[in-house]
Amino acid sequence: MGNEELIVKLQELFPAASIIQGNDWPEISFESGADFLSTIDVLKSDQTLAFDYLFCETCVDWKTHFTMVYHLDSTRFRHNIVLKYKLDRETPEIDSLSFVYRTSEQHEREIFDLFGIIFKGHPNLKRILLTEDWVGYPLRKDYDDPINMIKL
Amino acid sequence: MFEEIKTSNDGELVINVGPQHPATHGVLHLLITLNGETITKLEPNLGYIHRSIEKMCESLSYRQFIYSTSRMDYLSSHMNNHACAMIVEKGLQVEIPERAEVIRVLISELTRLASHQLWWGAMAMDLGALSPFFYSFREREVITDIMEETCGARLTMNYIVPGGLMADIHPNFVKRVKDFIIQFNSKIDEYDQLVTGNIIFQNRMKNVGYLSPEDAISYGTTGPVARGSGVSCDIRKLYPYSAYNKVKFEEILETGGDSFARYLVRIKEMKQSISIIEQLIDNIPEGDFQAKTKAVLKLPKGEFYQRVETARGELGVYLVSEGGTTPYRIKFRSPGFSNLSALNHMVKGHKIGDLVAIMGTLDLVIPDIDR
Amino acid sequence: MDVIITEPSTPFPGSVHEVPGGGIVLSTLDDVINWARSNSLWPLVFGTSCCAIEMMSAASAKYDFSRFGFEVARATPRQADVIIIAGTIVNKMAPVLKRLFDQMPDPKYVIAMGACATSGGPFFYNTYSVVKGADHVIPVDVYVAGCPPRPEALLHALITLQEKIKSGLTRDQIRAQFQEDGK
Ligand code: SF4
Repeated sequence: MGNEELIVKLQELFPAASIIQGNDWPEISFESGADFLSTIDVLKSDQTLAFDYLFCETCVDWKTHFTMVYHLDSTRFRHNIVLKYKLDRETPEIDSLSFVYRTSEQHEREIFDLFGIIFKGHPNLKRILLTEDWVGYPLRKDYDDPINMIKL
Repeated sequence: MFEEIKTSNDGELVINVGPQHPATHGVLHLLITLNGETITKLEPNLGYIHRSIEKMCESLSYRQFIYSTSRMDYLSSHMNNHACAMIVEKGLQVEIPERAEVIRVLISELTRLASHQLWWGAMAMDLGALSPFFYSFREREVITDIMEETCGARLTMNYIVPGGLMADIHPNFVKRVKDFIIQFNSKIDEYDQLVTGNIIFQNRMKNVGYLSPEDAISYGTTGPVARGSGVSCDIRKLYPYSAYNKVKFEEILETGGDSFARYLVRIKEMKQSISIIEQLIDNIPEGDFQAKTKAVLKLPKGEFYQRVETARGELGVYLVSEGGTTPYRIKFRSPGFSNLSALNHMVKGHKIGDLVAIMGTLDLVIPDIDR
Repeated sequence: MDVIITEPSTPFPGSVHEVPGGGIVLSTLDDVINWARSNSLWPLVFGTSCCAIEMMSAASAKYDFSRFGFEVARATPRQADVIIIAGTIVNKMAPVLKRLFDQMPDPKYVIAMGACATSGGPFFYNTYSVVKGADHVIPVDVYVAGCPPRPEALLHALITLQEKIKSGLTRDQIRAQFQEDGK
């Protein structure tokens, strides 16, 4: 499907979400509180979408809130979308995708490690890159470490 | 720090492999649960070379951040630079001169060759054959010499910069690459004779570490690992960038899904790389090697994503710009990180001796995983 | 054609006294031990990142550090004499490095290869996890500059280490000697 068709199709499926055309691919964003797992389920199992390949999963700290960003690809149709999900800063929680896309098990551990997002239902949520006793979440914008970090 | 070696009541044993272990090619730490000699569970413990590149890039300008990426996957440093240069160019919307594009592809393919050569030597060494290591380094040195002449560095090149190239190619470049191609063409057959047909090698590779196509997709594996399972995922082919739409090459797909299939993919990929180089080396267009760009680059507000095929698979760069001179957030989706996540699935049920063979065919570069 | 035989840069320590029927070598035991020790240094296979590739280049056919007595690269610290820190050391790795160093039998030597192992190098500023120089963790004998250093630079470092061992002096003594020479 081309990007325009995709946008039309997605608007049909998710009337509540805001969909725009990004730089490369359509971007679909959800506010916090939306049912995330069922969204993913539709995106993955719909016969004309078939987004079966999660190639990038990350998080952005916007100081007031977090945004989870998922890049999805379809190995059958070769179309891509960007999926965004807003999280609030005090209780950043989202459903884990580790049973939908196995790759996200490791990605989510990394995001938990560096951003402190809690993934509900993750089988093994603990720090992966830093040591267990590390304090703080380094990729957050307000992270400060006067000992290890030498600022220019 | 490490889990002590322990046994549970049902006879399971947990052992540590790494972080300092010659077969992990760096500082990877694996916690392996064994039942007798059979692996029942494997859990990677990463971060022994986590250099906080993503955080560092947030305070580096768009010209500076490229250098840190050549230290990520240092065996495909050109492709890393290429991805970053392209994402900046995408934001600035500058057109790159034809000459620069062709040279970028040429030099990326040379890097791919060098990387696969090193993989070949190191993997054979893991299996206990020491001479392939010396064979592969013999050819690799020729490539590094060519690189050195043109880029000024042997490993961490930073030759591809936003707007084009750092400098024009050296006058000797074309001739030396041609010489190398002639020489290397015969060497690939030698590689085949030395290793591929070897019965011990085949026994250790075939039917080991099977990864089904569905799992390959679900685990997000890319590059030769996924192509060994028959999943088409070559970014050069699917989403052509740079000058890749001008050249003819095949995407190598093997359906075996085992270690041997992944081995074959890489060997055949080397031949494809040679063919790409052969097509381009005589057709480098004349002209500038750099587009005109400002000294201080400012990207417009927005989000950009660029995918590139490195020697290990798909590298994605996700860049969020707030309109300033530095990225607001940058994420490197490194191929090794996802490929590693499939390891647990692949080694389950195999003997511990096979672990090394399977890991060898994943071609892991640890700084690429940890960033 | 005249064949010019050059003196080996560091000949066998001691002096030969001619006596009828041969010669006697006079030397001190320390010198002989140091001489022997310096010519058979076994490095530990240890590389964390990019510099390790250059270390491998130095080990392979073209540069071949076995010419200088380094060929037996060992995978276990218990059999190694010298550890070449090839690559960045991060906070999580630092205790491991210390442990490796502690496991090596005395006498042991350390070469810090590359900018990262020397000072943190390109990862000095704005990183939260990089140790700014391996000498915060273990004592270093020889530092090599470069990112990555060329294999020749590593060879030079290895030869420098040999000279240090042969001289039998400590770091402070060597420094004092240099200062005297300077005057
Ligand atoms: S000094 Fe440079 S090449 Fe060596 S490990 Fe550090 S970044 Fe890599």
